[in-house]
Amino acid sequence: MENIVELKNVIVSFDGERVLDELNLTIKDKEFITLLGPSGCGKTTTLRLIAGFQNPDSGKISFEGKDLNGVPSYKRQVNTIFQRYALFPHLNVFENIAFGMRVKKLPEKEIVKQVTELLELVNLVGFENRKISTLSGGQQQRIAIARAIANRPKVLLLDEPLAALDLKLRKDMQKELRRMQKQLGITFVFVTHDQEEALTMSDRVVVMDKGKIQQVGTPQNIYNEPKNAFVADFIGESNIVDGVMKNDYVVDFSGHTFKCLDKGFDDNENVDVVVRPEDVDIVDSDKGMLKGVVTSVDFLGVHYEIIVDIGGFKWMIQTTDKHNVGDNVGLDIEPDAIHIMKKSEYSGLYGDYSSFSEEMDHISDVVTEDD
Amino acid sequence: MNKKSFGSRLVAAPYYVWAAIFIIVPLLIMFYFALTDQNGAFTFANIMGIAKYKKAFLISIIYAVIATVITLVISYPMSYFMTKMKISSQRMILLIVMLPMWMNFLIRTYSLITILANKGIINTILTSLGLKPLHLINTPGAVILGMVYDFIPYMILPIYSVMSKIDNSLLEAASDLGSNGFSRLKNIILPLSLPGVISGITMVFVPSVSTFYISQKLGGNKNLLIGDAIEYLFNVGPDFYNIASALSLVLMVMILLCLAVMNRFSSDEEDLIV
Repeated sequence: MENIVELKNVIVSFDGERVLDELNLTIKDKEFITLLGPSGCGKTTTLRLIAGFQNPDSGKISFEGKDLNGVPSYKRQVNTIFQRYALFPHLNVFENIAFGMRVKKLPEKEIVKQVTELLELVNLVGFENRKISTLSGGQQQRIAIARAIANRPKVLLLDEPLAALDLKLRKDMQKELRRMQKQLGITFVFVTHDQEEALTMSDRVVVMDKGKIQQVGTPQNIYNEPKNAFVADFIGESNIVDGVMKNDYVVDFSGHTFKCLDKGFDDNENVDVVVRPEDVDIVDSDKGMLKGVVTSVDFLGVHYEIIVDIGGFKWMIQTTDKHNVGDNVGLDIEPDAIHIMKKSEYSGLYGDYSSFSEEMDHISDVVTEDD
Repeated sequence: MNKKSFGSRLVAAPYYVWAAIFIIVPLLIMFYFALTDQNGAFTFANIMGIAKYKKAFLISIIYAVIATVITLVISYPMSYFMTKMKISSQRMILLIVMLPMWMNFLIRTYSLITILANKGIINTILTSLGLKPLHLINTPGAVILGMVYDFIPYMILPIYSVMSKIDNSLLEAASDLGSNGFSRLKNIILPLSLPGVISGITMVFVPSVSTFYISQKLGGNKNLLIGDAIEYLFNVGPDFYNIASALSLVLMVMILLCLAVMNRFSSDEEDLIV
């Protein structure tokens, strides 16, 4: 696949604060790439740079190898789906979708034909004369999609387009967008703070924080091989503990020596160890590699979420077996359940479940704030 | 009748009383005088008699239209550029626009006299520079300037307030779809700010067409406006109350017709603006 958009050493500051810090990103032609991160991580700014609503302080943006710096947004071959859709309230559905084509001065016959096709694509045939204010959120969303792809962009930018929809509609739209992307064969750059959304929809995920890219990779790659504690914590649930890499394939943590599948670290190097909650087996106290006490049990339907205190560090374990608070249990961790990461600025900040409330604050921040 | 609705009627009662005393009763008095002769007998003679004043009506309308167009031409771009400024600058300009509104409009008109008079500020400056003084006061231009000066805040405020509410993402969306600056102005800003323009036009045209005093002070009684005619007739004495009321009635009907046309205009647009 060829590269379609490239960002090189891009820096953007607002009021002296760096929003994007020497960002390098390559977007390939026809891929579904997701920019994922908490609010304020710079993902929306990255999108606005590509759209042309924002100019970089320094650095280079190119499109199909050509320099995009200074090219106004109305001359770029990209289109955007805005977070709150930004449909034109004074125009009806037909005119909203036709807007780009009218600017291009296409013949009326062509416009009518294309709008009809687009309405078919987004399943809203017969809505031509409806006012925008009479449409539901999901319908407005579809009109926004139709309007954005009417100009046949090479890249479609989507700025948290599903954030305002309810859960069920969001799930449907995720599939719908994926289908459209395949059908249209154009590049989608999707911005979201919802890790599940990012994992289900994307070919590649770009995890961002503090204006920097933390990791780029396939959803599987990001989930199974997180690069640092931030990524491990942001994508799914993780127990992250301090460990010491004894030598290749052997790691010490929580007072026990484990076999693992990682290598290439210095002998006795301090590392972060990630163990996903679903990869831990609870066994009898005397048979476990680690021993601890159950401090909380939550039933979530599919499984129980159990917090086990092991020497003061609280582990989260997801299991379908029931345990009770106060039980003495043992934990069994297989070598393939252990992932070793280099120490980073995020070490020690995440992955301990002793203070659930802080975790919840963090999540609700992400949901309610816009960036 | 339940207690709640009685309570709400009670709260609304002062308003009804106020409306009755200050709106309904004066209107009825005006209707009475307009449709009766000096002996109190019903007649259409007064209404027929206003033909004599058609020149005053015409001049009033022409002046008001010119003044409204000028205020619009000044206010629209001004509002547009205001919305592009920093919030603090916007507030500052808004304050400056509103400042004259806090002063009595007679005083504002007087201040214009001192500026425009034959030995006023402008001519003093001109003569001290060795230039020929200009004849500014007592001209139609001075009257229209007075109208523009007195009523311009009523044009700027509604336009600015509608314009500043236009979501920036709409402009970004238009740009994203290929619209350059001019096309964005024509296709997005203009239609979305139309309700503000219409209420601005109404709020300037109505007081301009019915104004008196401005023309007396700045126009030198040469071109009598309809407002001046009404005021003059009432001042002459009770004998002229009937014809003055008839003029008021016709003026009022005319303004109501204008408002109705304007409202039709804006209500078509308004339910599109959400």
